[in-house]
Amino acid sequence: MHPAVSLLLFTTLSGAGFGLIAWTGLGFGPTGTWFAWLDAFVAGLLVTAGLSASAMHLRRPDRAWRAFSQWRSSWLSREAVLAAATSAVFGAYALIWIFTGARLLPLGIIAALLSAITVYATSMIYTQLRTVPRWATPLTPAVFLAFAAAGGALVLSVLEGGRSSPIAAIALVALVLAWIVKVAWWQRAMKTTRASAGASPEQATGLGNIGAVSRFELPHTGSNYLLREMVFQVARRRARAVTRLAVLFGALVPAVLLLIFLSFAPSPALPVLALVSHFAGLLCERWLFFAEAEHAVGAYYGAR
Amino acid sequence: MSLDEPPGQQPAPSTARLDPSPKVADEIAKTTCYMCACRCGIDVFLRKDADGTKKVSYIQGNRDHPKNRGVLCAKGSAGIMQHYSPARLRKPLLRTGPRGSGEFKEISWDEALSIATKWLGEVRSRDPKRLAFFTGRDQSQSLTSWWAQQFGTPNYAAHGGFCSVNMAAAGIYTMGGAFWEFGTPDWERTKMFMIFGVAEDHDSNPIKLGLSRLKERGVKIVGVNPVRTGYNAVADEWVGITPGTDGLFVIALIHELLRTGSVDIAYLARYTNAGWLVIDAPGTAENGLFARDEEGRTLIFDRKSHTVRPSDDVDAVPEFDTEVELPDGRKARPVFRIMAETYLDPANAPDRVAKRCGIDAGTIRRLAAELASTAFEEEIVVEQPWTDWLGRRHETMIGRPVSFHAMRGISAHSNGFQTCRAIHLLQILLGSVECPGGFRFKPPYPKPVDAHPKPHAGCKPDSPLDGPHLGYVLGPEDLLIDEENQALRIDKAYSWDAPLAAHGLMHMVISNAVAADPYPVDVLFLYMANMAWNSSMNTGGVMEMLTRTDENGEYVIPKIIYSDAYSSETVAFADLVLPDTTYLERHDCISLLDRPISEPDSLADAIRWPVIEPDRDVRGFQSALIDLGARLGLPGFVTEDGTATYRDYADYIANHERRPGVGPLAGWRGNGDSHGRGPANPEQVDRYRENGGFFETHIPEEAQFFKPWNAAYQDWAVEMGLYDKPAPYLFQLYSEPLQKFRLAAEGFGDRQPPEHARERIATCFTPLPQWYAPLEEAALDTDEFPLHAITQRPAAMYHSWGSQNAWLRQIHGENPLYVPESVADSAGLADGDWAWVISHHGRICVPIRRMAAVNGKTLWTWNAIGKRKGAWALQPDAPEAKRGFLLNHLIHELLPPKGDGLRWSNSDPITGQAAWFDLRVRIEKADAPPDVSQPDTGTQKSPVGTGPDALAYGKAWT
Amino acid sequence: MDMTSLPQPGAKKLGLVIDLDICVGCHACAVACKEWNTSAYGAPLSDQDPYGGQPEGTWLNRIHSYEVKPEGEPAQLVHFPRSCLHCEDAPCVTVCPTGASYKRGEDGIVLVDESMCMGCGLCAWACPYGAREMDMAEGVMKKCTLCVDRIYNENLPEEDREPACVRTCPAKARHFGDLGDPDSAVSRMVAERDGYDLMPDQATKPVNKYLPPRPKTGCDNGAAPDNLAQLATVEPSGLLGWVDKALAMLE
Ligand SMILES: Nc1nc2c(c(=O)[nH]1)N[C@H]1C(S)=C(S)[C@@H](COP(=O)(O)OP(=O)(O)OC[C@H]3O[C@@H](n4cnc5c(=O)[nH]c(N)nc54)[C@H](O)[C@@H]3O)O[C@H]1N2
Ligand SMILES: Nc1nc2c(c(=O)[nH]1)N[C@H]1C(S)=C(S)[C@@H](COP(=O)(O)OP(=O)(O)OC[C@H]3O[C@@H](n4cnc5c(=O)[nH]c(N)nc54)[C@H](O)[C@@H]3O)O[C@H]1N2
Ligand code: SF4
Ligand code: SF4
Ligand code: SF4
Ligand code: SF4
Ligand code: SF4
Ligand SMILES: [Mo]
Repeated sequence: MHPAVSLLLFTTLSGAGFGLIAWTGLGFGPTGTWFAWLDAFVAGLLVTAGLSASAMHLRRPDRAWRAFSQWRSSWLSREAVLAAATSAVFGAYALIWIFTGARLLPLGIIAALLSAITVYATSMIYTQLRTVPRWATPLTPAVFLAFAAAGGALVLSVLEGGRSSPIAAIALVALVLAWIVKVAWWQRAMKTTRASAGASPEQATGLGNIGAVSRFELPHTGSNYLLREMVFQVARRRARAVTRLAVLFGALVPAVLLLIFLSFAPSPALPVLALVSHFAGLLCERWLFFAEAEHAVGAYYGAR
Repeated sequence: MSLDEPPGQQPAPSTARLDPSPKVADEIAKTTCYMCACRCGIDVFLRKDADGTKKVSYIQGNRDHPKNRGVLCAKGSAGIMQHYSPARLRKPLLRTGPRGSGEFKEISWDEALSIATKWLGEVRSRDPKRLAFFTGRDQSQSLTSWWAQQFGTPNYAAHGGFCSVNMAAAGIYTMGGAFWEFGTPDWERTKMFMIFGVAEDHDSNPIKLGLSRLKERGVKIVGVNPVRTGYNAVADEWVGITPGTDGLFVIALIHELLRTGSVDIAYLARYTNAGWLVIDAPGTAENGLFARDEEGRTLIFDRKSHTVRPSDDVDAVPEFDTEVELPDGRKARPVFRIMAETYLDPANAPDRVAKRCGIDAGTIRRLAAELASTAFEEEIVVEQPWTDWLGRRHETMIGRPVSFHAMRGISAHSNGFQTCRAIHLLQILLGSVECPGGFRFKPPYPKPVDAHPKPHAGCKPDSPLDGPHLGYVLGPEDLLIDEENQALRIDKAYSWDAPLAAHGLMHMVISNAVAADPYPVDVLFLYMANMAWNSSMNTGGVMEMLTRTDENGEYVIPKIIYSDAYSSETVAFADLVLPDTTYLERHDCISLLDRPISEPDSLADAIRWPVIEPDRDVRGFQSALIDLGARLGLPGFVTEDGTATYRDYADYIANHERRPGVGPLAGWRGNGDSHGRGPANPEQVDRYRENGGFFETHIPEEAQFFKPWNAAYQDWAVEMGLYDKPAPYLFQLYSEPLQKFRLAAEGFGDRQPPEHARERIATCFTPLPQWYAPLEEAALDTDEFPLHAITQRPAAMYHSWGSQNAWLRQIHGENPLYVPESVADSAGLADGDWAWVISHHGRICVPIRRMAAVNGKTLWTWNAIGKRKGAWALQPDAPEAKRGFLLNHLIHELLPPKGDGLRWSNSDPITGQAAWFDLRVRIEKADAPPDVSQPDTGTQKSPVGTGPDALAYGKAWT
Repeated sequence: MDMTSLPQPGAKKLGLVIDLDICVGCHACAVACKEWNTSAYGAPLSDQDPYGGQPEGTWLNRIHSYEVKPEGEPAQLVHFPRSCLHCEDAPCVTVCPTGASYKRGEDGIVLVDESMCMGCGLCAWACPYGAREMDMAEGVMKKCTLCVDRIYNENLPEEDREPACVRTCPAKARHFGDLGDPDSAVSRMVAERDGYDLMPDQATKPVNKYLPPRPKTGCDNGAAPDNLAQLATVEPSGLLGWVDKALAMLE
């Protein structure tokens, strides 16, 4: 699948934003109203940036409002509705906090739950696609949720400005968990091919009972939408390099920085560096998520 | 309630979300497609755009049309994009830069026609043969040939010589009709079908419709072709033959049929010259000619009376296996016996030819048996009495339901004429021509070889030629040569180089003219043929010849006039360009005098008419030619008072008469109630328009089969004006005209070939079809060039002119060279690699792709995808110019030198057919691939700019 | 409620049957489809860089070709048209967030209402068959409409109320009809010729069916027709004894 920048930003930024909302809703972070301002602003920024990025993916963003209509069947629609609902509930929570100083835990819990469901809905946009066998696993929502949790916690610990609080530790734990889930996801992905999802060239054409099937000529000598969008080909060497970067910046560097921060150097710079690094790593992870995913239609276009 | 609808409104049922009955057209006009020579009927949907201008919006097949019955191919549908092409010329062009540069200025029609008249007029009054007028695949040869004849130049032909004259000539000489589109398998009745060397062919929609009929009836289809694409892919059996060896394969089939007695003796006795006696007197001038009586009648030996009788004796039954002494004491043998001796020779047995053909001997034997069993065990009987030309009544029509078709895979080899004759022999031995279930002719065919004109070349200043240019020679006496044995025609057609050149040799015109061999030309006038590109061999060389200058700096070919509708490669090499309209903007006539659209059961012809007005200053070429004829004062083009006879082509179509009562169109003559023959009808074209653009009349039931011998058909054909008197004839298994040339080569007769030609004539002109190795292969070290390289027509592209088509070029924007897996493995080639392909003449560097479903010695590519930079209004980075290529660069118009200083044309030695597919090559991996295919032939400027960056033509009415 | 939820499967299931045994890969159907849909349903199918270095455009039907290699026999070539299969369980419909994609209850045709499409592309991701293409000029999703603006069109003569691709196919490899009716011509064809679904594991339940290529004659030459033996035993007495017998019958 084509790793569109809009989608990389959408999933990473909105994931972190909803993670932040969830941790905040659960009562983490300082309670001062100044912090309420900051926290709400950053959460809003991340979520809005993520959603705007996703709107960049639309060819007719003027019609984006229609995406609220099909919540009964469409995960993308649900995601939109849930994102709006989460934002509304969290907005209410933040306003009350800002103006009264009170953090209403029940409302916060609702916001946190909604956040989680929203991230789940986002992940289900991909998970539901039988056409992309790598994505079609419950591990995908787990990965999205875990990274949202880790990212949110990291952001929160940055916002806390180096104060020692459980959130940095939570961030570390969430990060480790997220990568454990991701490694499991990769393990499965390596075993998952188009053929294992019933989309080999033989099954795609139904000609397998005659013999092995390979492409002779494509319908067109140039490119087309399908090829660009769904038959993105990534060189194995390049994929391996990006994987290393993802693990290095997404996991190792932030984990070490967090460990240092938690153990002996509560410098506010460390969580910031950890977050920046993690975010860079996560972009690599998402790039791979898309770039390495083979779509069933590739079977029709398949190189021999 | 859904969120996207205003509250209170009921959700609409899904039907209401769209209008299921939108308007489809303001008007539907019926005319004829021109995107290839198949000439299907089309319905052109016209709609008004926002300004109220009529525009073409959709083209579909005409359901009532005899050719395509409603279907349309990719090119036909994409015709709309050809009509809207940015490469369309806008106005006449006069060259301003050097030839090939593409620098022109636009001029008025009046100026253009005055210039042309001046150039042509000078030639005509000085030496008319210094005009070479050659036309491409147009369908107005009856007009263009007549024009050339009235002009007085012998140098006229259409493209048939480089296309498929081998098929036309072999068919006419053997059975009075040919494959090509002049006949067709009896799709409704045949029970086994074999197709040789066909990718698309002219009759491409009818062939596809026919194949689907066969599939519906479960009829076995055998495809004989080195490549298993297209028709061969759907065939039930694929015979992956090695190029150039079909003759061997077919003769082995004949060997098997004769060996097992699986031939139709009655058919041979009645309808062929199998029983005719051939003089057996080696070393004499009559050896191998037919024995004749004093009245010139051919003879047979009658089994009943045991006497020699004229072959048209109704009561006689010819003996086939005998040797007789003629009254004058000479020995003679029936054709059949010679045939049996020839083909039963063990050298023709399947085991002996298998390796060379790349076909298993068992397969050959099995196919022979399948043919025989289908022909004889599954005989068809149609309860339809008929009477033959000798007055014998037949109660039924017996069918041998096997049928064959063949095209350029056979003809584009230098042994193609004889190979095609071998296929006809096979058909005839099985009794499967013009019978139910066999191969059937389409009117105006059948027509015996001697009913065709002879070629003429008698010319003098300011006078018409002494007769038609093209025709069928019956012996050396009909050749167009002078006392020094020099060719009279620029292309050397009907010379010793190509005696049976029924369609001329368009592919030799430029190189002969530049070499002044036999003489130079002053004006080269071309119409609708991309001679500077894909329709020439040695393309780079031809481009150089067109720009070659003499010691005074003058072009060696001084003047080039060209008519094209688009900015093709050849446009850039012309001095004066006459821009044609598109096919939707002009009159045309698909005539019985040329290549009509008949079917075996019916006679049909058709027109085109301007369904839309041109939006630019272009003119139908035929109208421009008629105007030129009048300006030149050519006989027939002006009346006695010197005014133009015909206003334009439409006027000519309705009012011209070739013979009294016979004109370009057969339908609605006279008052509109006579067909075939009748006085001219000024309203004829309107009648055609009203009838959907075509005319069709059915052949009476009794006359539908056995046409060459069927009295009812012969009478009907005379009535329709196809002949002036009945012309029944017998199939010529043994061809006497060929033997006459052989005798000449042996030294008999007063017209003698030059010494160097004797051997080749003696070898190739066998009166019974024989196989000889393709000439290029025979002249080369085949170890050095072990592979064959050929091209195929892609279904969705027409020669070079499809590349300007925004849709078709998405399908074929570039062409790889397909390489058999085994060859690729040994050359270390993977998909996407580039390779050098090397022939005796040149080398090209091209992208390759591996393939399994192909003969192991054959490389191939799609034809004519490669383009010159700047042509066709394409942008300079067009893939056609970067990764597309022409195989033509590797093909020389001359054979490799033999050491005697002479170079023969790379053509069939009998007909002059261009031997495109004889090409031998080797392949080497290119270690440092260039970024564009090699050779790079430079860039031409586009006189019409380049096409737009985006396209959505339906916007006006959606 | 008119949502991208799938309708109750109706009795009528209009669709195509494509016969791979006779498809010659000529692209006629694809071009006719492009042409019809450029001046019909919704926005024109646009082309980008149509005369330049990277020409491409929107098509609703595309023709592939495959080499198929049976064990021990020569490789075969199969031409393979690919367009929307109007799936019963159409994932492209259920993923659509805007309601632009829908499946009609009355005949099962899957359509995009272009005026509602926001061009997110998710439906194209959900379709395993590559049957949906984004129009790059209009920014809306395009797909085969089963020529819904032809098959019910009262401005067309009755006999022309069939899809453009079916009407034009020169090899008659495409058939249109009601696959929900077991007695329809298309259903019978599917039953007789073992018509099949593409990628059944994708659980889309396609309505369109493909008919497989019939078995090819292999390279086993033992299987000669029965009468060959008889033919071959006609041994020539003299040069060709049988000729004499045959000619005698003409006397
Ligand atoms: N779509 C489309 N249709 C066309 C045209 C076009 O450009 N495009 N051009 C038109 C014209 S001008 C013509 S002349 C006709 C020609 O129509 P075809 O006769 O179909 O011509 P080619 O495409 O040259 O096909 C030649 C076939 O012969 C095979 N072949 C080559 N050598 C041999 C051989 O030695 N033995 C055998 N058995 N096969 C061999 C090739 O693989 C190829 O399949 O098509 C006409 N129709
Ligand atoms: N390697 C290789 N070369 C081959 C062949 C092959 O099989 N292999 N096949 C040969 C054969 S059989 C043929 S027939 C030739 C075909 O070759 P060409 O006859 O050269 O065919 P086109 O490329 O179609 O070029 C015809 C010209 O007609 C112009 N034209 C199109 N429409 C109109 C119109 O309405 N009016 C006018 N005035 N002009 C128009 C086009 O723009 C184009 O310039 O190629 C030959 N060359
Ligand atoms: S075969 Fe195609 S291009 Fe040729 S005349 Fe028919 S529809 Fe036109
Ligand atoms: S038109 Fe018919 S034969 Fe041609 S590609 Fe389409 S389905 Fe196949
Ligand atoms: S083929 Fe694709 S686009 Fe068509 S209904 Fe099925 S899933 Fe949807
Ligand atoms: S691209 Fe259009 S039709 Fe497809 S899912 Fe998005 S909104 Fe729906
Ligand atoms: S049914 Fe209509 S829209 Fe669908 S592929 Fe055929 S022509 Fe195109
Ligand atoms: Mo041709």
